[in-house]
Amino acid sequence: MSKASSGTLYRGHEGMWSWVGHRVTGVVIFLFLLVHVLDTSLVRVSPGAYDAVMSTYKNPLMALGETALVAAIVFHAFNGLRLILVDFWKSGTKYHRQMLWGVLALWVITMVAFSIRHLSIAFGGH
Amino acid sequence: MSADIAAPRSQRLDPKYVRARKSRGSFEMIAWLFMRLSGVALIVLIFGHLFANLMLGEGITGINFGFVAGKWADPVWMFWDLAMLWLAMLHGTNGVRTIINDYAEKPVTRVWLKGILYVATIVIVVLGTLVIFTFDPCIPGSTLSVCQ
Repeated sequence: MSKASSGTLYRGHEGMWSWVGHRVTGVVIFLFLLVHVLDTSLVRVSPGAYDAVMSTYKNPLMALGETALVAAIVFHAFNGLRLILVDFWKSGTKYHRQMLWGVLALWVITMVAFSIRHLSIAFGGH
Repeated sequence: MSADIAAPRSQRLDPKYVRARKSRGSFEMIAWLFMRLSGVALIVLIFGHLFANLMLGEGITGINFGFVAGKWADPVWMFWDLAMLWLAMLHGTNGVRTIINDYAEKPVTRVWLKGILYVATIVIVVLGTLVIFTFDPCIPGSTLSVCQ
């Protein structure tokens, strides 16, 4: 970190990085949401059109992408709850760092469980 | 003994420096509150959506036209998906609006980016809502009881 920024309590610390993470995951999720409504809309075109696009999601390479997407969603969800506690709980600003480590711990646990199930289905080839 | 000292910024500034003049009322406060309320609802809706579609049964390999038909035969899942669509789109649109306000500095850029954003939001919300309500599970040769 440069000397010029060493005087700030915010820049380069947990608060800034959780803010960056929340923004980046938010944009990624929003872009997928636009695509996801469009792909689901194919049920009104024909069953064949919908099934053809869904089959691309069942590709093992796409399963890794889906896992990354769920990782973004789960981080955004847990960090969002942390933001609500920072805003509404009177000790929220005092414990915002500890809550970020809690968010990351819950995120790892959730993603291990999700990945085991989702990737074993996607790579299982049944 | 007591000197009358005006509170900071009380009517002492040239009006051209008063930033609060063009007040947008309580819109930003309502938007801030909406992000927190819809966020909590979306955690329940999206975690439920992901668990039902990717964790239960055959997971992603089981998702096809018949899977959608089975879910939307139940009004609970129709309402679930409708609420998820509207709340997620409004939550996401407001988030991207905030990002545009932060990074786009020229007024013309801001207007264009927000215009594109709002048009996309309206198209996706209207399309998704129509799909949920006009969905027809009856394809030729269907064995579903509702199609007999």
